[in-house]
Amino acid sequence: MAANPMYQFNVYRIGPEIKLGSVDISFTNASLFMVISTLAVLIIFNLGAKKKSLIPDKIQLLAELSYSFVSKMISDTAGSKAKPYFSFIFSLFMFVLFCNMFGMIPYSFTVTSHIIVTFTLAAFIFIGVTVIGFIKHGFGYLKLFVPSGVPIILLPLIVVIEIISYLSRPVSLSVRLFANMMAGHTMMKVFGGFVISLGIIGGWLPLSFSVALTGLEILVAFLQAYVFAILTCIYLNDALNLHH
Amino acid sequence: MLATHAQSGESGGMPQLNPEFWVSQIVWLVLTFGLLYIILSKLILPKISNNLETRKSQILENIETAEKQREESDKKLKEFEKIILESKLEAKNYFNEARQKIQEDITNKRNALDKDIDDEIRAAEQEIKNLNTASREKIKNIAVETSSELIKQLIGEETNNSSISAIVEEQSKKNKEEQHGI
Repeated sequence: MAANPMYQFNVYRIGPEIKLGSVDISFTNASLFMVISTLAVLIIFNLGAKKKSLIPDKIQLLAELSYSFVSKMISDTAGSKAKPYFSFIFSLFMFVLFCNMFGMIPYSFTVTSHIIVTFTLAAFIFIGVTVIGFIKHGFGYLKLFVPSGVPIILLPLIVVIEIISYLSRPVSLSVRLFANMMAGHTMMKVFGGFVISLGIIGGWLPLSFSVALTGLEILVAFLQAYVFAILTCIYLNDALNLHH
Repeated sequence: MLATHAQSGESGGMPQLNPEFWVSQIVWLVLTFGLLYIILSKLILPKISNNLETRKSQILENIETAEKQREESDKKLKEFEKIILESKLEAKNYFNEARQKIQEDITNKRNALDKDIDDEIRAAEQEIKNLNTASREKIKNIAVETSSELIKQLIGEETNNSSISAIVEEQSKKNKEEQHGI
């Protein structure tokens, strides 16, 4: 049963069945890892924010470096107008990063390997950014679909393409994260299975692949969290500064 | 492989596409992420930002203080150098004054001594002159007396002293001239 590489993505209920009306909102292993990631972020950053020493200790340094990192990322991509959204993007980055990283622990569950989770996040970002855009620019936000300097003849085509690309943002954002996580973990599981099936003689090659893949997956876990956050910043930049 | 197909067959191969727990996942995602966002934005991130700001301002303050202290020490150093220069000048002045005083003393004393010596020399010269003239007069008198005595004994007759003295005078003048003429 555990040999199936997709088995690790199964969601199962932990504890009693909780029903809100007719919908099942039971606590599952996915919920558990969301809670763990949230608590881990909160504990680490609370510890890092507690002390006020001039020369920071390790955990304070970690918290402050993360703060500066995200702060710089936002100001580089979306400018100073994006400052009010710093907390959201910081939370988003940390949540995705910690969910990805906790998924790297064997026998754990990767929250972000589920399309429904990433799509919920991406849809929220998409709707939020669109609302911000319309609040800031009114119907002028629709100019986003009309790039300047395009010949009149091509304009209808371009506008259609722009609208499609805008509407596909939540899909691409969510599928990118979900697919990366799922593919990576499936690969690791498959290579892990090869180690067992090839035995002590032939198993060394897939084992070394597994080791290399683990390093790669940790990189991907960070990178995808970063990409997710920076794309959010770019969408936010479109909504705030309307460059087209 | 057949068994695994049968296993995952119920969810079409990917558990992700099984909608059984979708609502649950959305609900828990909203709960946990919402909680994370609220606590981070209201409690933790302001603290970190505050810490960073405090550090920045404190470092700036420290740099400012250091700069101020450096300026002050520069000023003090300059003052110190000035004091040293002044005291050096003063010492030089003292030295010069003392030298001048000593020189004056020496010249005064030398002048006084010179004067004394001059006076003494003058007195001695005067004495010599006096003696000279006095002796000449005496010699003349002696010569006159001796000549008159001689004449008296030779001739036995009183002669006029004044004429004899005139002759002696003339003779001594001649002698003197001869002496000087040589």
